[in-house]
Amino acid sequence: MNRRFTWFNATSLTLGFAFLYLPILILIIFSFNESKLVTVWAGFSTKWYASVFNNTAFLDAALVTLKVGVISSTIATVLGTMSGYVMVRGGRFRGRTLFSGMIYAPLVMPEVITGLSLLLLFISIGMDRGVFTIVLAHATFSMCYVSVVVSSRLVSFDRSLEEAALDLGCTPFDAFRSVTLPIIAPAVISGWLLAFTLSLDDLVIASFTSGPSSTTLPMKIFSQVRLGVSPEINALSTLLIGIVSIGVISASLVTKRSAVRRRAQEQQAVGGAA
Amino acid sequence: MPSEKPNQIRFAPWEDTEAVPLIRFRNVVKKFGEFTAIENLTLDIYEREFFALLGPSGCGKTTLMRMLAGFETPTAGEITLDGRDIVPVAPNRRPINMMFQSYALFPHLSVADNIAFGLKRSPMPKSEIAGRVEEMLRLVRLQKFASRKPHQISGGQRQRVALARSLAKAPKLLLLDEPLGALDRKLREDTQFELMDIQEKLGTTFVIVTHDQEEAMTVASRVAVMDEGKLMQVATPDVIYEQPESRYVADFIGDVNLIEGTVAEAEEGGYKLVWADGAPPIHAETDVPLSLGDSCTFAIRPEKIAISTDKPDDRANAVPGKVLDIGYLGNISTYHVQMPNGAIFKASATNSRRLSRRGITWEDEVWLSFTATAGVVLTQ
Ligand SMILES: Nc1ncnc2c1ncn2[C@@H]1O[C@H](COP(=O)(O)OP(=O)(O)OP(=O)(O)O)[C@@H](O)[C@H]1O
Ligand SMILES: [Mg+2]
Repeated sequence: MNRRFTWFNATSLTLGFAFLYLPILILIIFSFNESKLVTVWAGFSTKWYASVFNNTAFLDAALVTLKVGVISSTIATVLGTMSGYVMVRGGRFRGRTLFSGMIYAPLVMPEVITGLSLLLLFISIGMDRGVFTIVLAHATFSMCYVSVVVSSRLVSFDRSLEEAALDLGCTPFDAFRSVTLPIIAPAVISGWLLAFTLSLDDLVIASFTSGPSSTTLPMKIFSQVRLGVSPEINALSTLLIGIVSIGVISASLVTKRSAVRRRAQEQQAVGGAA
Repeated sequence: MPSEKPNQIRFAPWEDTEAVPLIRFRNVVKKFGEFTAIENLTLDIYEREFFALLGPSGCGKTTLMRMLAGFETPTAGEITLDGRDIVPVAPNRRPINMMFQSYALFPHLSVADNIAFGLKRSPMPKSEIAGRVEEMLRLVRLQKFASRKPHQISGGQRQRVALARSLAKAPKLLLLDEPLGALDRKLREDTQFELMDIQEKLGTTFVIVTHDQEEAMTVASRVAVMDEGKLMQVATPDVIYEQPESRYVADFIGDVNLIEGTVAEAEEGGYKLVWADGAPPIHAETDVPLSLGDSCTFAIRPEKIAISTDKPDDRANAVPGKVLDIGYLGNISTYHVQMPNGAIFKASATNSRRLSRRGITWEDEVWLSFTATAGVVLTQ
């Protein structure tokens, strides 16, 4: 295999990354701009960050977003773990294929449709829209991501561990709680982080399901931008990018670290049993 | 003087028609889809038995154990424990513990916590658990490793943790799926004696799967030989070895010469069997009723065949041959001797002399001899 450095590789790498990250980089740079004009550089300043923290409308929206994120991703994690467990452990029950297809369908469903159908549901059952409806909507669509993460971990989980727990006197629930859950915990945690960042990101579904007093941060930013981009928005977006990156990076670190450790353990276990 | 100590009654509940078995399998069938893993199996196992399951890989030993532990439901038939149907009883409600073939140690718990796992879910008071765990650790000689995680100890150590964990609750019935395979010879023998000791003390009934025939012979009160989901023979180790009922069992357990022959003549207490042109017929004593012209197999163990340079005249059977090969095993040597018709017989002899002074070597013309009762006549 030839893995030498070539100008072609270097160029395509640079162009690719530029395409992906240049807009974000420009946004971050201009969030430190002294000038009120977004496109003219007038020196370094952090004053827009200060003004973000003094803007109560932004802070309220941030609080709503945080609340929605934490609650919805927790609900999604519980439900997603349960459905992932059933998918892998439930055996061959009638309609299993249909059920698994239905869990994964929201992954590819256009957000507009998810949002619209939820809106129609909430209207038809007469539910007042607000933080609660956004939480429900976010839990619904991020649950399937958690389910995918958890069930892919469970597939490689040694069933005889659960059997050993039952054999030693655990009820099925106790076996799940004291053996299965601690072992798949890294997958559950990264599922939660994934659900949280998805909720933080979402604009479309939140717009459909929010009420008058429940504007999330992405919604706030979007409505502000329509009135014209201000450096304040740049600063706020930079903060948001930071939080999302931390979430995604820590989710992948948790998964990767536990996968490495597990592989080492399994290798040794197989070596011992052979 | 009596040959047996008066207070030591022979343990053989399976001969007692009054005795009630602890476990009864009645016409048990287990199918995985189309595949039949256990075929119409009927078996009684008595309290305090040390019951060994022997058989080739894939014959259904683990499946049988898993049905006892409650992880597989029989497709048909019934399984009772103490007279109670246990098929509908959940695994956690059975007074049975199992040591898994794959060990199934909990990777997130330390060695000590693995052993304590079952105790914490038993009626045992909290204050006694630590002592019990300590006792188990001592038994399997892992005191030093109490706080390690399973991935930080060796394969043999892991096996011992699995053993200790299944022993800790002192269950009524203990299922051991190849419990000692990864241990070295010394530790294996020690553990075998420990197991027998535990059984003596606690009265636990053991069902053990093993690939080591010597182990089955040493520890078992009875041995079941299985093949493709069927029981071929269930008997005490000495009966299995000395009086196998079929070619399969004779061949599976230990070393054996299987000689195909036909009945040529009935004689006092047995038959004269013709087995090769020009070779003298075999005189075999047997209770098996046979008629002239029936074909049968004469099975004889190598150690029951004597090898000598001169023709012995006090033995019922003597055949000449040539030494092809000698397998030296330290305490014994196995001679592969070719008969005039090309068949190869194995005969083994104790090496009571040092190698250099031994009389028989390769290519020597020798005589193989055995008595009329040394082998068994098999028809299946
Ligand atoms: N869950 C299952 N689904 C389908 N077939 C199975 C299943 N479990 C076992 N079998 C089959 O049943 C047969 C008996 O398996 P079992 O594990 O009891 O063998 P074993 O005697 O324990 O073998 P070994 O000595 O290799 O452990 C095998 O042919 C196996 O492939
Ligand atoms: Mg097995």
